[in-house]
Amino acid sequence: MLKDKLIRSFFVSLWFAVLTFPIMVVRVNTIEDTVTWRWGNLLMVLLGSYALSFLWFIALERKFNGSKKQTRFAKTFNTLRATVGENRNLKLALVAGVLLFVVIFPFITSFYQMSIMNTALMYVMLGLGLNIVIGLGGILHLGYIAFFLVGSYSYALLNIHFGLNFWLALPIGGLLALILGILIAVPVLRLRGDYLAIVTLAFGEITRIVVENWSSLTGGPSGIRSIPRPAIPGLDLNLTDTAKLVYFIMIVLAALTIFITIRLKDSRIGRALIAMREDEIACQSMGINTTQMKVIAFALGSVFAGVAGVVFAANTTFINPASFTIWESVMVLLIVVLGGMGSIPGVVVAALVIKLLPEYLRAFSQYRMLVFGAVLIIMMIFKPDGLLPEKRKHYSFTEDDKAEMKAEGN
Amino acid sequence: MSLDYFFKLFIGGLTKGSIYALIAIGYTMVYGIIGLINFAHGEVYMIGAFTALIVAGVFSALNLPVVAILAISVLIAMLFSAGYGYTLEKIAYKPLRTAPRLSALISAIGMSMFLQNYVLLAQTSNFLPFPQIIPEFAFLEPVKQTLRSTQLVILVTTAVVMVLLTLLIKYTRIGKAMRATSQDRTMALLSGVNVNKVISMTFIIGSATAALGGVLITGHTGRVHFYIGFLVGIKAFVAAVLGGIGSIPGAVLGSFVLGFTESFGAGYISSDYEDVFAFIILILILVFRPAGLLGKSTAQKV
Repeated sequence: MLKDKLIRSFFVSLWFAVLTFPIMVVRVNTIEDTVTWRWGNLLMVLLGSYALSFLWFIALERKFNGSKKQTRFAKTFNTLRATVGENRNLKLALVAGVLLFVVIFPFITSFYQMSIMNTALMYVMLGLGLNIVIGLGGILHLGYIAFFLVGSYSYALLNIHFGLNFWLALPIGGLLALILGILIAVPVLRLRGDYLAIVTLAFGEITRIVVENWSSLTGGPSGIRSIPRPAIPGLDLNLTDTAKLVYFIMIVLAALTIFITIRLKDSRIGRALIAMREDEIACQSMGINTTQMKVIAFALGSVFAGVAGVVFAANTTFINPASFTIWESVMVLLIVVLGGMGSIPGVVVAALVIKLLPEYLRAFSQYRMLVFGAVLIIMMIFKPDGLLPEKRKHYSFTEDDKAEMKAEGN
Repeated sequence: MSLDYFFKLFIGGLTKGSIYALIAIGYTMVYGIIGLINFAHGEVYMIGAFTALIVAGVFSALNLPVVAILAISVLIAMLFSAGYGYTLEKIAYKPLRTAPRLSALISAIGMSMFLQNYVLLAQTSNFLPFPQIIPEFAFLEPVKQTLRSTQLVILVTTAVVMVLLTLLIKYTRIGKAMRATSQDRTMALLSGVNVNKVISMTFIIGSATAALGGVLITGHTGRVHFYIGFLVGIKAFVAAVLGGIGSIPGAVLGSFVLGFTESFGAGYISSDYEDVFAFIILILILVFRPAGLLGKSTAQKV
């Protein structure tokens, strides 16, 4: 069978060499009328697609033969996860370790490290917010970044026109995003599945285009500059101190988001949302008001994005509509998909990986969107539950229950 | 607001509608058959335009007549786009046929992102001027202000393609198989239709017409960019939904409605918000008449 795959991969690589020939090999300059032939790329395509298609065939076979055989890595990882999960002391130690790292991080790193960490933390928050909408509610939201935009612009504009300070803007940004979220949610509630996804995309793009064209209010495509950074009254903070402040604000906000998500997940609403994700019709038949649930999921997700948006505007001090395209929404989606829909640790880790890795692999950073696109496809095909899948709550039947039932029966 | 201006906008809307129709057909056929929004369809259109540009650039050195270069580049662009359409279905959608629909949609978004960045990295991030391969017709000289020759070519080509496609779907074997598959895939399979082949053919035909649209519109606007596919793709999807997704006449009707709305909206209201019109139409139609203008509304089966 291996030989068969090697031969098939050969034909696949030939096919790709032909298919990608015009785009990869030829480059024309229509102004000077010159043509460049890049034959090196042909070789690269041949070898690359040969190797990738071989791996692809192996992976597909594993998937469709339903092979339950775990790789050694996965096995070790799962055992490790189970041990930590069961042992209370180990769990505490792990949490304490993470907390310690979180607290001392800004004091042991440079300004640069901290500023990229701040951006990454914003994406942690965005990922967790979207996780409520997609991961719990099962609503594919493609316009999520619009709420981030609303948060950013509400701080920037309120500050410029009314001198509103950062701390007040924080809840107001969240509130405005919430209002927009409800406004958008209400008309689209009757839709489901892919149509709902497309409508959220449309709303996201409309928001961005309106901001881009309403120059008198928003500054148009050139955006708004010199937005004040967060400050503590009475304290004179330099750039590094402000970065530290933003870091701690983000940590607190992210922790709050995690706390709310955990509490939500185990609540009545959370269980209703999960039921809706699994099967909307069945959920409705159980007497759950799915319309109301959709609004709640939408609104909650929006608040987190709005609040994160305020911090984003204060951190970068410059915002323009180009930072809020549909592809940013897709990035947040990627974080949720990669981490595992519904899985809180998964989303946190995925957000950090997606935002930090390209910073440290600068040489490859131009390929990052290409890779992210491929990751979305690969994840959907091979690991739709994500890298750190959500652990479903399950209720098991124990000896105690048996005794109890007996007692009741008699 | 003269009559001339009105006609100019009318022709503009007609041209736009034709292009949307060429792309929307691919969306609607794919949706009809596998129930998936092929997000990457707009990228196939963009790749068609790029391929035509590259082929025209290579062949223009050979001193061939303009018509020959035009024919060669259009044909090769359609061929390659069909290849891309076929391949992307095999990679991104086929393994997900039994998966939840949202998985396939996410995979499609990934594919769109991949193809965009593939062209960006392999070619350029700049706007490329598209050579004028469609000649100016002498007989259009008196109405040059309202009807440009590229627009005439677009209108005629679209009409021809529509007729051919209708014939293909109505009278050929593969057309019959397509209709059968879109009605009931399992039943078609049981009656001996090679469903995989039908799905591949759908992607091939849809991608080829999208590529044709890509070559024609870039011949008209005169520039190519890696990002042109996304927005046009979304708009063509809007057109398909507007007409009733899954229905080919519906897609054509929806495309013209959208083309006119955009053209008149931009001409009489505001050109800044040209792109917003399409999205507003999309939201209104999905909220109030999700089955589209020509579609039948179906009850959700349990």
